[in-house]
Amino acid sequence: MSTRPEKVYFFGTCLIDLCYPQAGMAGIDLLQQQGIEVVFPQKQSCCGQPAYNAGFPEETKKVARQQLKAFPKDYPIVVPSGSCGGMLKHHYPRLFADEPEAAEAQRFAGRVYELTEFLVTVLDVKLEDRGPPIKATWHSSCSALREMGVIEHSKSLIRQLQNVELIELQRERECCGFGGTFSVKQPDLSSAMVADKAADIEQTGASVVLSGDCGCLLNIGGALEYRQIPIPARHIADFILERTHG
Amino acid sequence: MASTTVVDFPSNFIKALGNPQLRRNLRAAMDTLGLRRRTLFADPAFFAQLRARGDAIRQRSLRKLPQLLEQLERKCTENGIQVHWAETTTEASQICLDLIQRHNATRVIKGKSMVSEEMHLNHVLEEHGIEALETDLGEYIIQLDHETPSHIIVPAIHKNRDQIAHLFHEKIPDTPYTEVVEELNAIARKVLREKFFAGEVGVSGANFAVAETGTLCLVENEGNGRMCTTAPPVHIVVMGLEKVVERLEDVPPLLRLLTGSATGQLITTYFNMITSPRKPGEKDGPREVHLVLLDNGRSKILADPQLRETLKCIRCGACLNHCPVYTRLGGHAYGYVYPGPIGSILTPQIEGLDHAGAMASASSLCGACEEVCPVKIPITHILRRLRNESYNKVDSPNAVKGHGYKSNLAESLTWKGWAMSNAAPWANALNAKMLAMLGSQLTKLTKVELVKNWSQGRTLPRFAPKSLHVLAKEKGIPHE
Ligand code: SF4
Repeated sequence: MSTRPEKVYFFGTCLIDLCYPQAGMAGIDLLQQQGIEVVFPQKQSCCGQPAYNAGFPEETKKVARQQLKAFPKDYPIVVPSGSCGGMLKHHYPRLFADEPEAAEAQRFAGRVYELTEFLVTVLDVKLEDRGPPIKATWHSSCSALREMGVIEHSKSLIRQLQNVELIELQRERECCGFGGTFSVKQPDLSSAMVADKAADIEQTGASVVLSGDCGCLLNIGGALEYRQIPIPARHIADFILERTHG
Repeated sequence: MASTTVVDFPSNFIKALGNPQLRRNLRAAMDTLGLRRRTLFADPAFFAQLRARGDAIRQRSLRKLPQLLEQLERKCTENGIQVHWAETTTEASQICLDLIQRHNATRVIKGKSMVSEEMHLNHVLEEHGIEALETDLGEYIIQLDHETPSHIIVPAIHKNRDQIAHLFHEKIPDTPYTEVVEELNAIARKVLREKFFAGEVGVSGANFAVAETGTLCLVENEGNGRMCTTAPPVHIVVMGLEKVVERLEDVPPLLRLLTGSATGQLITTYFNMITSPRKPGEKDGPREVHLVLLDNGRSKILADPQLRETLKCIRCGACLNHCPVYTRLGGHAYGYVYPGPIGSILTPQIEGLDHAGAMASASSLCGACEEVCPVKIPITHILRRLRNESYNKVDSPNAVKGHGYKSNLAESLTWKGWAMSNAAPWANALNAKMLAMLGSQLTKLTKVELVKNWSQGRTLPRFAPKSLHVLAKEKGIPHE
């Protein structure tokens, strides 16, 4: 287990900033409850992944440099997203490999943690469930699964909640079809993928679907709502905060 | 498909996605193949070790490729195998055609070979009155139905048993309808047996060529490959020039990775190692063996350190089997010989981004392909590179053919604007406000393509009244 820091940076991600700020606040709250001082640099914006994946590395670098500047001290950087976390941790060093910022990007990457990973591996949190019995299912985002490798941490937190029965999806490892700009560039493929995901979620009988990534939540939540399937898609931080507050 | 054909990706995709039978067939087949692979490579540590070896072997082979190819040619020649070099698919087909015509042959029997598909060899031979008979069961099935392979390992994977039963009944004379697998196999075996005796020239591919010994390796399950390579008096091997490995000892790990990744088999039923034509005193084997080495853009790919990784591919098909896009489309919708993740990185490099660049956008970059690739090809990184070069003209001899074909698109401008607003911190507050405003207008914007596309099966995102930046400030979260 890594040593427990006094202070951490919180990287809110642009999607949380715009669409799910309550999930961001929940993440901050969970960290504070553990006695950690959370710093939220106001000069942060987007990790750059949308442009990076679309094939615009130069534009990505402009935005990424801003993030390198916004988190100058050596505190851990906690990110409530496997996808943005993966970008900061695994793609920044690659993006800046031939740039003057190479060493800085490496150091920055070394400080990045996905939120549930940080809660479990660094803080060793113990959760007390105060909510009523409920069935929940879990969607693994591709980056949390394959780049950050944090799915077991996320699920271990859900399993700590005594009254929450975790029902796994049949195809938990399959992409929901979000893929950033993929969702609007390949609408037919993307909507076929999310339709299958929605059906998989529905067949679990769960009353909520959780994930650690807001891109997936936007996609899956939108698809469920479109089909009038009354299962909310919620960020894990938000859910845990609610359950532990009772 | 030749590079002159314009592939209409969107309508191909819509057609494939709207075919429930195809979707069901593919899903069932991919689930089976995936499960078999998982069962064989159940121990992650073992798999990690094996693929590290596979990766290292393929990297070394490519690093030394020019030298290994020379050595392969020398060894093969010493062994009595005649080596031919083809820069283009047209040249490669011409070489085959000349050889076949030199022997006055009109019937060719073929083992499964994706390179021969890349060359459109059957088509070329047909134009010259030469009949090319596919002897691999899957290839035979699709040939009966005038189709191309929809998968690089299992060419008829898009068809289920019922469809094959109907096809046999309709296309093979005097064949009663049956859905019994054993009976279907027996029907095919009977037809194919007759074909083997009629073949005057055998054509096959090769999975590996060993430089130090001049050995051509062919992996197969049906024994038809062995027949094609031994029964006719002349055997022609067509192979991409990247398939060479340095030493004989490089083969076992690669073979293990190949069969395990492809079909979850520890070893295939047949593994042919061809080192020479029939020697004096031997009772069987072809009198002539020819090796046609095809470049078709491969040496250009080799020159670039990142793109080169594409050539490590051992054509196991695992990336197709695990791809959420391939699983929903099948191979035909891609419109080119190599579909799925490997096709999406290889084809644009061979055909040019201006022809096949759109393949690189048919991925959510989920990384399922990379996770299973037995030689660790960084598929998603190469996809990003291809996307980048689609938009940007690149001043480098290694630039992908057709680079910058989308350079005038409004999208480039959009990203420039995005970069400006996200790189300037003062713009954030404004940004959020503008977006919140836009959010309330969104529903009225369903004619805008972006919104229209998202709304396909999804409700629109709702922007929060206050951003996290604002909430954090209001709650007094320190920002230092
Ligand atoms: S890219 Fe990798 S997984 Fe795909 S066919 Fe080639 S070797 Fe197999």
